[in-house]
Amino acid sequence: MIPELGHFALIIALLLALTQAILPLYGAQRGNLTLMAVARPAAQGQFIFTVLAFFCLAYSFLTNDFSVENVARNSFSQLPEVYRITATWGSHEGSLLLWVVILAFWTTAVSVFSRRLPEDMVARVLGVMGLISVGFLAFLLTTSNPFDRLLPAALDGRDMNPLLQDWGMIIHPPMLYMGYVGFAVAFAFAIAALISGRLDAAWARWSRPWTTVAWAFLTFGIVLGSWWAYRELGWGGWWFWDPTENASFMPWLAGTALLHSLAVTEKRGTFKAWTVLLALTAFSLSLLGTFLVRSGVLSSVHAFATDPARGAFILAFLAVVIGGSLALYAWRAPKMLTGGGFTWFSREALLLGNNVILLAALGSVLLGTLYPLLMDALGMGKISVGPPYFNAVFVPLMAPALFLMGIGPLTRWKGDSIPGMFARLKWALVISLATGLLLPLTLEGYKPWAVLGFTLAMWILLTVLIGFRERLAHGARLTSLPRAFWGMQLAHLGMAWGIAGIALVANYQEERDVRMNVGDHAVMAGYTFTFKGTTEHLGPNYRAAKGTIEVTRDGKLVATMHPEKRIYNASGMPMTEAAIHPNFFRDVYVALGEPLDEQAQTWAVRLFHKPFINWLWLGALLMVIGGFLAASDRRYRIGVKTTAPAGAATQGA
Amino acid sequence: MKSRHKKLLVIVLALAGIGIAAALILNAFQSNLVFFFSPTQVANGEAPTDRAFRIGGLVEEGSIKRDPDGLTVRFVVTDTAKSMNVIYKGILPDLFKEGKGVVAEGKQGADGVFVSTQVLAKHDENYMPPEAAHALEQAQKAQETLAK
Repeated sequence: MIPELGHFALIIALLLALTQAILPLYGAQRGNLTLMAVARPAAQGQFIFTVLAFFCLAYSFLTNDFSVENVARNSFSQLPEVYRITATWGSHEGSLLLWVVILAFWTTAVSVFSRRLPEDMVARVLGVMGLISVGFLAFLLTTSNPFDRLLPAALDGRDMNPLLQDWGMIIHPPMLYMGYVGFAVAFAFAIAALISGRLDAAWARWSRPWTTVAWAFLTFGIVLGSWWAYRELGWGGWWFWDPTENASFMPWLAGTALLHSLAVTEKRGTFKAWTVLLALTAFSLSLLGTFLVRSGVLSSVHAFATDPARGAFILAFLAVVIGGSLALYAWRAPKMLTGGGFTWFSREALLLGNNVILLAALGSVLLGTLYPLLMDALGMGKISVGPPYFNAVFVPLMAPALFLMGIGPLTRWKGDSIPGMFARLKWALVISLATGLLLPLTLEGYKPWAVLGFTLAMWILLTVLIGFRERLAHGARLTSLPRAFWGMQLAHLGMAWGIAGIALVANYQEERDVRMNVGDHAVMAGYTFTFKGTTEHLGPNYRAAKGTIEVTRDGKLVATMHPEKRIYNASGMPMTEAAIHPNFFRDVYVALGEPLDEQAQTWAVRLFHKPFINWLWLGALLMVIGGFLAASDRRYRIGVKTTAPAGAATQGA
Repeated sequence: MKSRHKKLLVIVLALAGIGIAAALILNAFQSNLVFFFSPTQVANGEAPTDRAFRIGGLVEEGSIKRDPDGLTVRFVVTDTAKSMNVIYKGILPDLFKEGKGVVAEGKQGADGVFVSTQVLAKHDENYMPPEAAHALEQAQKAQETLAK
């Protein structure tokens, strides 16, 4: 009964989405206020019904209703309750339902926080978001119904993939989708502006906070994914340049470019066409990312062939969204007026440089991700593009972007003097170069990439400090500085912190695979690891061999660690559960490989010493906080109806 | 300099920058592509001898042998038509098992043994790595054409 209720709620949501799309868009074209006024209630109604559907599915999971195919395939009676709830979005169908719920959430948020916007703008934005929702709901209902019944019902479920049974995975997909779908708001604003032909600074100001919030969520989602991979995949890596990771990284790169380009459009009224194109790109890549990961095309391009309805729908949907928006763009963009001029050494020019670099990086990731799929689909052989390619391209591309990151916020709009800038920054330059060149001397091994990383991290840190000092010298107080300024500086600082962490962990981590019998020692990075053997351990839905490893340093006990090797009951799937002892300066990381004798006395054990790895996550969290802080700046809340770009504005981000 | 000349200079510089970036990217792409070969293709001498590539197929039953150090593993990868010896030092992934699909990346040694630097098995028990499935499919097709 409950699953049918959920199914029914989805159908009503689809009808509401159709209403939300068609009537307001038509009304806005005709100037009919009554039709435009439909947008808000329709959007809010759609939100209520998608949430209802979502709760129905969650209820089916929670109550172990194995007569629902989706539940039978992705849950298990012994699965702990919290994972039964998160299993709701663990499958293809469930995750698309989550997508729709989050889209409806964003739409409702726009409908509530848009009171100061012109009615026709609101109608168009909500209408475009309704169209996207129609596409997703139709896809769910026709090809991926999460409420399909299984007759006869299964006796028990096949269990959730053990790798997903981790609390990092509980919040990773919702956060990631908050980011993906948040770009739908920027997309809808861009389309609405293209339709109405009103691409002015006000448009940029409206879409800016939404874009920033979406970007912050996406950043958080990506970081959670990376943190999950680090702990749960068991082998100590935190970024693999895997297609699933690239799928979320590409919209992030486009979104980061959009964030910076919007700043120029809002403050100076230039780059309008470029900004709109970036808004279309960011959301298109979000769609591509969702489908790449969720359609199964990554594990096999032939997944499309086994389920042609899904494949055809996805390709058609992508073609309509991307093709349609680009066609609209081609038709409307030439009519946009360009704003004020600027010289080649100005904040505009540096932000343009940032954009070009980010897009070049995006292009390289896109090439490495899609080329193997394309070759395979065309039957031209199987190839893979591994981390060496991405590292070889990405690091040299991003280094100049990070250098510009130091200068950009200190440069004036319209034009600045190079000798003046050099005078302001010469000490920062000297100190960061000295840090980069000298710091590796205190560490084991002199690595050129570490030199580059330390130099750039110090450079960004110092330029951020200079930014604060110059503001304070002009009479501002720390508390009176706008939140947008704080947000930008914190995000940049987070970047510096993260880079320092990456430079340290990538160049100075230690790793050893050892064979350990009970009582054996291994020494690494000043730590002594003593293997105390394994014991049998029963979990709620798995059996495990639980190892005990004592870690000492200079004779003092640092930690007693318990890595596990689990076998899950339902699937029989083995899994490595690593043990990690973290602190601010390093992680000690231990994973059990496999038993090497019959009695399971001797094990292959992998030991890691990961210096400063937590700086990476902490830096990324600072970026997230910076994003939310910037979006909460009060100028987005007051006076949003002023349209003229403030020509004399020289401050803020 | 006239502003028109300035503009031209900027455009030329931008194009040059983009060109260099594109050249770097494509060069890195070319030299880092990892091609896939099935054991049959390797036996036919189609695989390169000087660069890394991937092989895939099934781990032959009873073929896993460990050296006394406990960490060096030797096994045989087969596509049911041809098979090849693989050596790997380190910890194998959770789903590495005899009779199951596997993909290994590495180089061919002078003695014909494939020295693997990375062994991949996928995240799901019932699921065959696509390359391994592809190798088996190819071998099957080859056998069918031979039988005709």
